[in-house]
Amino acid sequence: MPEDLKHIADDYRWGFRDEIEPEIALKGLTPETVKKISEAKGEPAWMTEFRLKALETFFKLPWPKWGPDLSELEKKLDEFYYYVKPPAKGPAESWDEVPEEIKKTYERLGIPEAEQKVLAGVGAQYDSEVVYHKVKEELERQGVIFVSIEEGLKEYEELFKKYFAKLVPPTDNKFAALNSAVWSGGSFVYVPPGVEVEVPLQAYFRVNTAGFGQFERTLIIVDEGAKVHYIEGCTAPLYTTEALHTGVIEIYVHKNAHSRYTTIQNWPTNMYNLVTQRAVVEEGGYHMWLDGNLGSKVTMKYPSTILKGRGARSEVLSIAFAKTGQHLDTGAKLIHQAEDTSGRIVSKSISKGEGRASYRGLVKVSPRADRAKANVECDALLIDPESKTDTYPYMEIENETAQIGHEATVSRLADDQIFYLETRGLSEDEAAALIVRGFLEPVTKELPLEFAVELNRLIELEMEGSVG
Amino acid sequence: MANRLEIQDLWVSHEGKTILKGVNLVLPLGEVHALMGPNGAGKSTLGKVIAGDPNYQVEKGRILLDGEDITELTPDERARKGLFLAFQYPVEVPGVQVANFLRLALKERLGQEPPIAEFYARLKEAIELLDWDESVLSRYLNEGFSGGEKKKNEILQLLVLRPRYAILDETDSGLDIDALKVVARGVNSMRGPEFAALVITHYQRLLNYIVPDVVHVMMDGRVVKTGGPELALELEKRGYDWLKAEVAGA
Repeated sequence: MPEDLKHIADDYRWGFRDEIEPEIALKGLTPETVKKISEAKGEPAWMTEFRLKALETFFKLPWPKWGPDLSELEKKLDEFYYYVKPPAKGPAESWDEVPEEIKKTYERLGIPEAEQKVLAGVGAQYDSEVVYHKVKEELERQGVIFVSIEEGLKEYEELFKKYFAKLVPPTDNKFAALNSAVWSGGSFVYVPPGVEVEVPLQAYFRVNTAGFGQFERTLIIVDEGAKVHYIEGCTAPLYTTEALHTGVIEIYVHKNAHSRYTTIQNWPTNMYNLVTQRAVVEEGGYHMWLDGNLGSKVTMKYPSTILKGRGARSEVLSIAFAKTGQHLDTGAKLIHQAEDTSGRIVSKSISKGEGRASYRGLVKVSPRADRAKANVECDALLIDPESKTDTYPYMEIENETAQIGHEATVSRLADDQIFYLETRGLSEDEAAALIVRGFLEPVTKELPLEFAVELNRLIELEMEGSVG
Repeated sequence: MANRLEIQDLWVSHEGKTILKGVNLVLPLGEVHALMGPNGAGKSTLGKVIAGDPNYQVEKGRILLDGEDITELTPDERARKGLFLAFQYPVEVPGVQVANFLRLALKERLGQEPPIAEFYARLKEAIELLDWDESVLSRYLNEGFSGGEKKKNEILQLLVLRPRYAILDETDSGLDIDALKVVARGVNSMRGPEFAALVITHYQRLLNYIVPDVVHVMMDGRVVKTGGPELALELEKRGYDWLKAEVAGA
């Protein structure tokens, strides 16, 4: 391994791996693989059909001609595992039922600790199967559904079918098609009308088999006047073969509902991370995407919100941290389809070494969206002279009454800032980390405290030995 | 040689140009010294070099802090030994709250996490002394601060961190008389047997409020004259030309 890559590997805090033999592991992207996945999950026929059709769509759709280089990925598609089932019988109701090996992993990730806190429910995803899933009685009494996506299909098929793949159909993009064919794991959340979920719903998961692509699928429905905050945190161990993560997240925010989706992803630096996240917000509703992207070899991720109903609002706050060998192409989309809708995009990117962080965003205002307001702020911080950033802001404004603001800045880690902080006793690394944390503050202040602490720790790790 | 900051025959260059040409200066603990001199004499350079600014090359000479040679130490190592530089142009650090920054800096100063109660006691005392409002603590470090607020913020840091040796680099420039008095009150409150300050200034005005024990005058990269507070008054009255002539004649 080249020296600089080894350094990254050493840095990778959660790069450990458990000795668990998968029960079923399916390699190669074929209709047979797809059928076996569906069979192993005991799915209804319509889902098997859906998957097979999605696979056809995947092969038909062209590879993106824009954004990061995916040619290596294209050559390796058949080398990935598309389904891995760990030797657990199914979602465990209590901590005691969770296998020891898996528990150990969770302990190192701090999950039992989280469990002790006042978490409403911990959905922990181990490889593609949820092995531990618990919803507090309080939530059940309120009628809130918070289960694995597989359980969602099994237990709530009508509700599931009404929403599944309606917002992100397989034809949306090549990776949505891939996910639709081989999806496994993820959460299914339904919050009934008027119910406010006070504590965040948290799901942890990790990818644990070499060469295994994880295809999580999450479906969240927030009914009228309801409120929920869903948090997804992922860490994955490091392997030499290139891993693939292609998720699809669909969120339906009904009239006057309020929803937040927070995710901090810290992928190993050989991971292709290609995710489609989309929300639709009805009249008077609100949705926030808060998206932190660390690690990966390539990330392509543009959380989108369709402001469908009058007065709908959305904020998309994101962070990207790209180091040498990494290209993070991230951004946001706001689609204004109704009058008095408003949106805000705040994108903060950091490029270190030869890392490249790109902002790619779209604000679209349709002719009927009178008085739509949107504000875009994208700031890039370059740590080293060879660091790269670029900005692709797309605007499609078809209504004259729209108010659109756009602001972009590029700054460099300044020597005078470092010296100033050093004269107050902070080491060079600490000073650099503090400057980076300050740069990210407008986004991190929206994070739940423990996440902000965790993110700051990751930033400190990433900044070690970065100056001088 | 403990209990003093000592500069011995210090030669310093910046981008190939020699700026300090053999500076000698002794600042004993418990005293306040003023460092005066015309523009371009090297006063601010001396301040930055003592603090360890990597943009300047020490060609020759030594800086001793309590008898220890700190010439090769990094700025943060010097700071942890009790050295402080109040900047002439304090730097903006967006997104970093003043209170958070001070807690980090105090942790480094004390070598351990300060007890919360002590930290807040220090903050409260400093803020009252500076006639300031606590809301400054949640503002981002120097971002959007007026020139005067930035200078005041340097003194706030001085009061909270309580260094042994402080260098104040033209802290008076750009201050109105009321702000000047507040800054002087802050510095004077630090005076005592465990504190020393080198007050770099262009004007006598500040020295009416921070009365120095000793006045040094720098010209063309060297300390050319050292005297009592009356030297500052004489410079105020007569300017620097007589001194230039005296140095040239010597």
